[in-house]
Amino acid sequence: MNAAVPMNDASRWRDRTITLAHGSGGRAMRELIDEIIVPAFDNALLAPLEDQARIPASLLGDGGTLAFTTDSFVVSPLVFPGGDIGTLAVCGTVNDLAVGGAIPKYLSCALVLEEGLDVDMLRDVLASMARAAAAAGVSIVTGDTKVVERGAADGMFVTTAGIGVIPAGRATGPAGVRAGDRLVVNGTLGDHGVAVMAARNDLALQIPVASDCAPLNGLVEAMFSAAPDLRWLRDATRGGLATIANEFAREGHFGLVLDETALPVADAVRGACEILGLDPLYLANEGKLAALVPAAQVDALLAAMRAHPLGRDAAVVGEVRTERPDLVVLRSRFGGDRVVDLPLGEQLPRIC
Amino acid sequence: MKFVDEFRDPIAAKALLREIGASLDHLGATEKKPIQVMEVCGGHTHSIFRYALKDLVPQSLEFVHGPGCPVCVLPMGRVDDCIAIARRPEVIFTTFGDAMRVPGSEMSLLQARAQGADVRMVYSPLDALALAQKNPDREVVFFGLGFETTMPSTAMTVLEAKRLGVRNFSLFCNHITIVPTIKAVLDSPGMRIDGFLGPGHVGMVTGTLPFRFIAEQYHRPLVISGFEPNDILHSLLMVLRQLEAGEAKIENQYSRLVDPNGNRVAMQAIAEVFELREFFEWRGLGSIDHSGVRVRAAYADYDAERRFSLPNAKIADPKSCQCGEVIKGVLKPQQCKVFGTACTPRTPLGALMVSSEGACSAYYQYATRPEETVA
Repeated sequence: MNAAVPMNDASRWRDRTITLAHGSGGRAMRELIDEIIVPAFDNALLAPLEDQARIPASLLGDGGTLAFTTDSFVVSPLVFPGGDIGTLAVCGTVNDLAVGGAIPKYLSCALVLEEGLDVDMLRDVLASMARAAAAAGVSIVTGDTKVVERGAADGMFVTTAGIGVIPAGRATGPAGVRAGDRLVVNGTLGDHGVAVMAARNDLALQIPVASDCAPLNGLVEAMFSAAPDLRWLRDATRGGLATIANEFAREGHFGLVLDETALPVADAVRGACEILGLDPLYLANEGKLAALVPAAQVDALLAAMRAHPLGRDAAVVGEVRTERPDLVVLRSRFGGDRVVDLPLGEQLPRIC
Repeated sequence: MKFVDEFRDPIAAKALLREIGASLDHLGATEKKPIQVMEVCGGHTHSIFRYALKDLVPQSLEFVHGPGCPVCVLPMGRVDDCIAIARRPEVIFTTFGDAMRVPGSEMSLLQARAQGADVRMVYSPLDALALAQKNPDREVVFFGLGFETTMPSTAMTVLEAKRLGVRNFSLFCNHITIVPTIKAVLDSPGMRIDGFLGPGHVGMVTGTLPFRFIAEQYHRPLVISGFEPNDILHSLLMVLRQLEAGEAKIENQYSRLVDPNGNRVAMQAIAEVFELREFFEWRGLGSIDHSGVRVRAAYADYDAERRFSLPNAKIADPKSCQCGEVIKGVLKPQQCKVFGTACTPRTPLGALMVSSEGACSAYYQYATRPEETVA
């Protein structure tokens, strides 16, 4: 199948843009796949370029459970401080597997490219995906590419699916949660939301914040080693910690009390929030998780998290209560309480 | 964060709360017969809820949440006008973020955008002007909204557009002025407000002079207040101290920003570009004389009302809404017939549920509310 393809000549692609021909199924598409996409992800399962990746069932080991997830990424701009759409597409799916207790193994990558996209941009994004996959210890083993007319997509959209293995004996979810369990986060809130907002040209503010985009599976393994009875984990992406806390409280039918003074927020993010009238509790993260843990294991958990590069600012931010089930309440630094509700839609800055 | 944390210090707050409690006892205020203090500005309302100050002050003090949220008091007919402009194919309609969700009679700007109107969020009117320069073949309209706080930047932008000779920029002016509205509240029957927290950012522009009638003619104390929790507690205490002494004065707690004479440059820009309207319609309060401004004839080229034909329909507030009573302090938000049932932040009927600074929206979002109102 590779015989008909001309020699991979990088200079041939310089200053070129994606055209509808690259999605036509013909020679142009073949060249794009063989010269740009496959080399970026190079691995033994991808190499045969069949219509499917073939994975041995022994992957599951003894008593393991298969975890399977998918996510689409449509961020604008495609590149922002701290990452790009490729970093997000890998980390997002890896993290969705990891917070279920799974060890992520294999990813797929489906690209929807807009006619006119720079090939150099595509290359950069694929390189970011490869770097993030290497950091997470996963392989991208199957994929698909489509090209749509100008205006039908915003540069590019990426969809990844992933499979991972939950080792025998690990079960997370609402069933194990008890009053007195602590809510822990692994670091500062809202970095990704502010970084993307600042990278959009419509905001005339220079804010020194980079996205926190990172694969969390290594941290999660360290957490399970230190606190084997971890109750429940989620990654706090869109809608921020406020949304995850509400999901916990509503699905588990318990109350959650957050402590305002304990919430880790970077100074630059706080500053941006003050100026724009935003609340860091609702801002997006891409490398942050929230975990419920029995009080007896919280010290060991925090020590393990703080020893990991992605958990240095880990903190206990709340506690499970039986009172006021389904509600998340924030105790303000003055001692007053306010309900932290689900956000209505996107956060809109206030005018005064 | 320096210069912010100082005004959120819980120890200082506790000391202020103790003094507020002692002063209320001195005044003989009780839970049944509380002292009512109106915070005029929506920014204060937001802070009062964000820091749960309402629950921290004694029950013998009642905050009355005033008319000072410009997004909330915008009547539906004006939103319909915005949408009519925004739907024109040649128009890029620019607006502050929180005006996007305000419902008109049929839809909000957010919904109009979803249906294809080119509506863009900006952080300053100057961003809208820059957009006009970048898109010479489009008509860029800026949705001017707010009290004296935002008026100077809009006026300056119109002056700048004229100076630069930008022909494809115009302003849809919905600026309003707070003083006639405070007067309308003071004149309304059933009004029981004992004192006022004055709007800090408006005061920064206007100075203290426009508020003097509140002390002189209505004998109510007013303290211009900052927006941090300790600013608000400190200002409350200043109001209570005046009541104890039987005084009614205009005081300035926000002296780190508010010059008693205001900002002359800003006031000049406002006077150059704007003139008072005979009357302006307020959602929840009805028509109030001289409470809005429009673009002067000299700047007619920059006036969207003159450049585009508008439906200009007058749409009555829903009958079930009791926003007027809430603004005047006669009812508390949760005493309104439709609060939390027909009227929620997701489906706002009344003005006060619309913006996060509206009193009802703040009650709904932040108050530890009874079970039946949980969505």
